[in-house]
Amino acid sequence: MDTSFAPEDLAFRDEVRAFFAEAYDADLQARLNNLDTFKDAVIDWQKRLYKQGWIAPGWPKEYGGTGWNATQKFIFETERSTAGIRDVIPFGLNMVGPVIYAFGNEEQKARFLPGILQSDDWWCQGYSEPGAGSDLASLKTRAVREGDEYVVTGAKIWTSYAQYADWIFCLVRTSSEGKKQNGISFLLIDMKSPGIKVNPIVSIDNHHSLNEVEFNEVRVPVANLIGEQDKGWTYAKALLAHERTAIAGVADSKRSLAETRAFAEREVNGGKSLLSDPLFQKRLSDIEIELMALEFTELRVLATVAAGGAPGAESSMLKIKGTEMQQAVQELRMDVAAYYQGVLPNELTAEQLGHDFGSQARQTYMYGRASTIYGGSNEVQKNIIAKAVLGL
Amino acid sequence: MNFEFTEEQGMLRDSVARFVQDSYDFDTRCKIAATDEAMSRENWQTFAELGWLSVPFAESHGGFGGGPVDTMVMMEEFGKGIVLEPYLATVLLFGGLLQRGGSVEQQAEIIPRIIEGGCQGAFAYLERQSRHQLADIKTTATVEGDQLVLNGEKVVVFNGASADQLIVAARSSGEQSDEAGITLVLVPADAAGVERTAYRLMDGQVVANITFSNVQVPVADIVGELDNGYAVMSPVITQANVALAAEALGIMGQLNAKTLEYTKTRKQFDVAIGSFQALQHRMVDTFMAYEQVKSLLYRAVCELDGAGDDVTACVHALQVLVDRNGRKIFGEAIQLHGGMGITDELDIGHYAKRLMMINTTFGNGDYHQAKFNELRYSA
Ligand SMILES: Cc1cc2nc3c(=O)[nH]c(=O)nc-3n(C[C@H](O)[C@H](O)[C@H](O)COP(=O)(O)OP(=O)(O)OC[C@H]3O[C@@H](n4cnc5c(N)ncnc54)[C@H](O)[C@@H]3O)c2cc1C
Ligand SMILES: Cc1cc2nc3c(=O)[nH]c(=O)nc-3n(C[C@H](O)[C@H](O)[C@H](O)COP(=O)(O)OP(=O)(O)OC[C@H]3O[C@@H](n4cnc5c(N)ncnc54)[C@H](O)[C@@H]3O)c2cc1C
Repeated sequence: MDTSFAPEDLAFRDEVRAFFAEAYDADLQARLNNLDTFKDAVIDWQKRLYKQGWIAPGWPKEYGGTGWNATQKFIFETERSTAGIRDVIPFGLNMVGPVIYAFGNEEQKARFLPGILQSDDWWCQGYSEPGAGSDLASLKTRAVREGDEYVVTGAKIWTSYAQYADWIFCLVRTSSEGKKQNGISFLLIDMKSPGIKVNPIVSIDNHHSLNEVEFNEVRVPVANLIGEQDKGWTYAKALLAHERTAIAGVADSKRSLAETRAFAEREVNGGKSLLSDPLFQKRLSDIEIELMALEFTELRVLATVAAGGAPGAESSMLKIKGTEMQQAVQELRMDVAAYYQGVLPNELTAEQLGHDFGSQARQTYMYGRASTIYGGSNEVQKNIIAKAVLGL
Repeated sequence: MNFEFTEEQGMLRDSVARFVQDSYDFDTRCKIAATDEAMSRENWQTFAELGWLSVPFAESHGGFGGGPVDTMVMMEEFGKGIVLEPYLATVLLFGGLLQRGGSVEQQAEIIPRIIEGGCQGAFAYLERQSRHQLADIKTTATVEGDQLVLNGEKVVVFNGASADQLIVAARSSGEQSDEAGITLVLVPADAAGVERTAYRLMDGQVVANITFSNVQVPVADIVGELDNGYAVMSPVITQANVALAAEALGIMGQLNAKTLEYTKTRKQFDVAIGSFQALQHRMVDTFMAYEQVKSLLYRAVCELDGAGDDVTACVHALQVLVDRNGRKIFGEAIQLHGGMGITDELDIGHYAKRLMMINTTFGNGDYHQAKFNELRYSA
């Protein structure tokens, strides 16, 4: 039992810290915070990580990973969020990339992995459908084989950033025989293909990141099928476990809590700092205590993985507690902002408005409601734990 | 023991309910929210014609002479439609302050105009630093002869951009957070030295930050007495809190009803999601959360109506539950709608945002709980 860092870990931490301080500059941050420049700025940032060789810490070294051990990955993640840097866009790097190197053929690896690592291709995830959310396996988007092509017809929904995407990875139905999980295939589809239409969906944070993607007889080369036809569910499930470990976001919550605490310290409440208010202190410490525990829960899972174990139902726990904590921090910040949480983004400067963080706090809070819904809702995760861990 | 409404109260409720049902569907509401003022002047005239603007005012000024129950039934129905028109700002706050503390002349001049729909009002009480402390006021009011001179800034003034008249809470003596030394004063919104900056809030309403630079008003325009404004605003805010709780109750009822309906129709795994016990129990919890708010609301209204001595504690308790149970109810509503709950197109998020805003208007749950503790437990 020992969680202290060795000297080489500390040296590594300093190296990471120095890189972030230099590479994540003010100009980049400004462009990331501006919706008009967001996409290009993300690509720019991810290319900087790529040049440094740090774009894909989760990947095996042979495919472009870093070869870091679990401690190093933990340090990298912690330093990233401490520096206030957002995680990479997950769809290529954390989702389809691992599926391609694990289940794709050599040609597919050579064709797609470089574009993912270098952020030249923007990917989106086409799983959910209007009728297939938690019950993903009931999806109906159809792919019918005609010669060397699949003809795809149907609709995907909640597709994040489809409006930016060059490619979409889709689960499609290739057979309706037998169990519904059995007739699903994993297809990579070029977003420029004729017959694809992207319809925007504005979310409760007043942003547009979600979309509906329609497929009207879209022709997809058979070469874009991952693995075997009708076996896509197996590949997708492997990916979902991957998605769920990344979702806890403890380091991000810690940073966000520290920021919230600083806001509260500044806020005057009846002549005293809000931070000195006993009710506020209780809410703050309730969260901090849970996060202290969750941080070690995460380390315990990481240690299991490092020792060669698979993150099983534990990743469901990280997802549930992680998102609950994210929401708790977001909610607390809203309370610190008081009535200013209501302000919409507008042309007024913070000086004119008399306040500087409420609007952002609300956007994060509102979008944050989704974290207990996507990636397998928390109810579904609880069902998984009940079944897989508790044997119910 | 009787929790029934009188026939008159029932008619008032039905009249608002009918308006919301017939003329205030969610699409219409979105269109109104998108206009410059985020309210419909035409609707406001309808409110006047239907007599709603007269409800809380004394009969001597042409009012209906209604009590807290009347206000409650109206506000609950407004909540169901997330009605944007500034009933709270103009009638309950601005009008309420005049009714409570205004001189005979002020009342005779302004209240009839409110009732006929010809005067929009606002109560400017918040400041940048004040958070939920109503007495934390820096804007100054200085007596110079027969004039009062105002300097400072008020923020997030509800209906502040559309108001013809403002009542401003300003400091005429004492320290920054003292309850003594606050003066309420009537200021025409177009007075020299008044500058308004309008912006929108998440619940659709347009508010304003208002600066006062050497604004001169006759001493005769003080509402109530010099230095004694807090005694006027405090009971008016207590009543407004109850009205807001009624609005919140209307919203909570809608959120629960819509969520229940959705879980009965949305199918996953070949069954309605409402058949999952994990969700059933949570909807039972939100159902009970709603009922508890309703009970505390009735309790507060009965106290107010009977001028009971526990009004203040009741209202603080009510606001604690409105905040806590409101969060629970809108949180579950969004969660149980899945991805649909995250869309701006669905009304669920809009109900949620209005509830969130209500909970910041005169203090959040933590603020009211601290006040409650102070009342009940301080030595
Ligand atoms: C912001 C956001 C981004 C997203 N991005 C993507 C994306 O890029 N690509 C993509 O493919 N999808 C994406 N999704 C979709 C997401 O994965 C689905 O929303 C999710 O799977 C839930 O499905 P649903 O919305 O249809 O809700 P439903 O499945 O209809 O669920 C409604 C409610 O019922 C509950 N429920 C369902 N089944 C059970 C059960 N058996 N027991 C108990 N409770 C149950 C759910 O937990 C939820 O509370 C995104 C969603 C959001 C909100
Ligand atoms: C102090 C005490 C006094 C009592 N007095 C009397 C008495 O005077 N007369 C009399 O006849 N009985 C009496 N009872 C018995 C009481 O009614 C039973 O204990 C009760 O009905 C629960 O039954 P059980 O103990 O068999 O628990 P179980 O029914 O086995 O329940 C065990 C647990 O499972 C839960 N559970 C069961 N079914 C479901 C479901 N469908 N969904 C979700 N959760 C479920 C229960 O809520 C409980 O938490 C008394 C019990 C106690 C503890």
